[in-house]
Amino acid sequence: MVRREKKGTWVEIHSIILPSGERAPQVPEDTRGVAFEMRVKGFLVEAATVGEEAEIATSAGRRLRGVLDAVNPAYTHSFGPPIPELSAIGGEVRAMLRDRGRFR
Amino acid sequence: MSDDQGYQAVMARRAEIMRRSIGLDYDQYSTGVLAFDYERLFADVGYDLKAVRAVQDRTGVGNTPLVELENITALVRTVAQPGKGARIFVKDEAKNPSGSFKDRRASLSVHEAKKRGYAGVAAATSGNYGAAVASQAAKAGLRCIIVQEAFDSRGVAQPEIAEKTRACEAYGAEVIRLSVGPELFYYFLRVLEDTGYFNSSLYSPYSILGIETLGFELAQQIEELAERFPDAVVTTHAGGGNVTGTARGLLKAGATDTEMIAASVDLSGLHMASDHDFNRKSFTTGHTGFSMPFTTWPDRADVPRNAARALRYMDRFVTVTQGEVFYATQVLAELEGLERGPAGNTSLAAAFAIAQEFDEDCIVVVQETEYTGAGKHPLAQLNLAKQMGIKVMRGDPRENIPGRQIVVPEHVAQIRVSEVDLDWVRRSYLGNAIAALPEGARLGAFDVEFLAAETRTTTSYVEEVLDEMCRTGR
Repeated sequence: MVRREKKGTWVEIHSIILPSGERAPQVPEDTRGVAFEMRVKGFLVEAATVGEEAEIATSAGRRLRGVLDAVNPAYTHSFGPPIPELSAIGGEVRAMLRDRGRFR
Repeated sequence: MSDDQGYQAVMARRAEIMRRSIGLDYDQYSTGVLAFDYERLFADVGYDLKAVRAVQDRTGVGNTPLVELENITALVRTVAQPGKGARIFVKDEAKNPSGSFKDRRASLSVHEAKKRGYAGVAAATSGNYGAAVASQAAKAGLRCIIVQEAFDSRGVAQPEIAEKTRACEAYGAEVIRLSVGPELFYYFLRVLEDTGYFNSSLYSPYSILGIETLGFELAQQIEELAERFPDAVVTTHAGGGNVTGTARGLLKAGATDTEMIAASVDLSGLHMASDHDFNRKSFTTGHTGFSMPFTTWPDRADVPRNAARALRYMDRFVTVTQGEVFYATQVLAELEGLERGPAGNTSLAAAFAIAQEFDEDCIVVVQETEYTGAGKHPLAQLNLAKQMGIKVMRGDPRENIPGRQIVVPEHVAQIRVSEVDLDWVRRSYLGNAIAALPEGARLGAFDVEFLAAETRTTTSYVEEVLDEMCRTGR
């Protein structure tokens, strides 16, 4: 059974603003070959299903329509693992200053 | 509002949309075919430095600490010639409410929108400025929409911009996330037209006046502790607002002899409108992808006349590499206990090299820091770079190739700045000015004077270069 997301759920919608054939004349070739897309979050105005058209009320109070893409989408940006090319720098510069008596 | 939301139709309405959304009639400032009265544009806004200060005080913007980077100064002196190595200070702008100097830039703009009765503010920005506008709007009780260039055609978000999305949403803003391309401006115009909101542009006189307090404060802070003005101020340079506002503030404080040095991360070879290159830049601002086009022609902004005109104010323009900025960011954290940046540390990386040109009793000020966090961090940027197939290595930063390999210096002695030839920049500006001339229009005396002020040269220099361009058919 297809899951219906309740009215008032925080979601993200997606829409194509300009398809690949209708990009601005000055864009480079690689960009011209892909669509100009939009994603925006808001509260569902009516119950809706992921992958189908939905309407949201944004934080600014606007009503926008698009394809329901994600429900309560996560913030996934992070730091990731330490970068070995940066890890040694602190020790190196502290050693340079140790000779001057600034660091232990 | 017209019903036609197509690209051509909206772009054709741009002048009218911009006029209504900023409430300034820029036409009244025209004094020639190209010339306009730059100072009157500021004067008519009606805020002096004290009035700006009063607005900023109400939201806790500004009055940030100036910190002496004693350990970095000592480090720089280990590689400088004997007697060389200026004292390096940093203005810790990360202490502003939303974590960057952009709060100064947003404060007056949002204040003005509120005063004039706009229901909300909108800004086209993928950077700290979005968080600043959203933060100021929250306090002012205004609605806020931020339009970002946020992800590539594979849906991969640039991590620093993802963090800014989160921050703007935390302040209650609607965030429109767009894929790569200059059509962002077209969509931004649609938002302005749809909402009737104030265009809290990065490039209005309000934005620049808001930054003047930064230059003014730092001049006063240095004067108080050293009884002199700084010898040089190094400013991370992108769209030109940071350089322009800071320099104007320094001048208002009386620091007329302070050298104004603009510094950008070298991203040459990468195309700013390329979907392919978008996630291969490793920097979202402070780079040559903005600073070169905006220095050589400022009027490519979302207002008819850009109030950020960096070429009028810079004494020197340098670039550093991506790897050098990441190195400086790491050193700032580990030697000074300040985890900041990374893009804002562009000027810090440049200062490592520039301080070595000055005597030990001289003072060099790095005029900003910015907050750091998940996504907005060298680790996030370098992990993304590796994922995109970019080689990350230690070595000589001269071997850094934007989009291909990031070379983190092996030693502080390897950090250098590359000079951007200001004569070339000025000629490039004048070439763009000629290209912007309406068909059949001729430059008048006001225009030549304007171009001299724009390029910080003389009317005879401008005439000479223009003659040369005509002779060589450019």
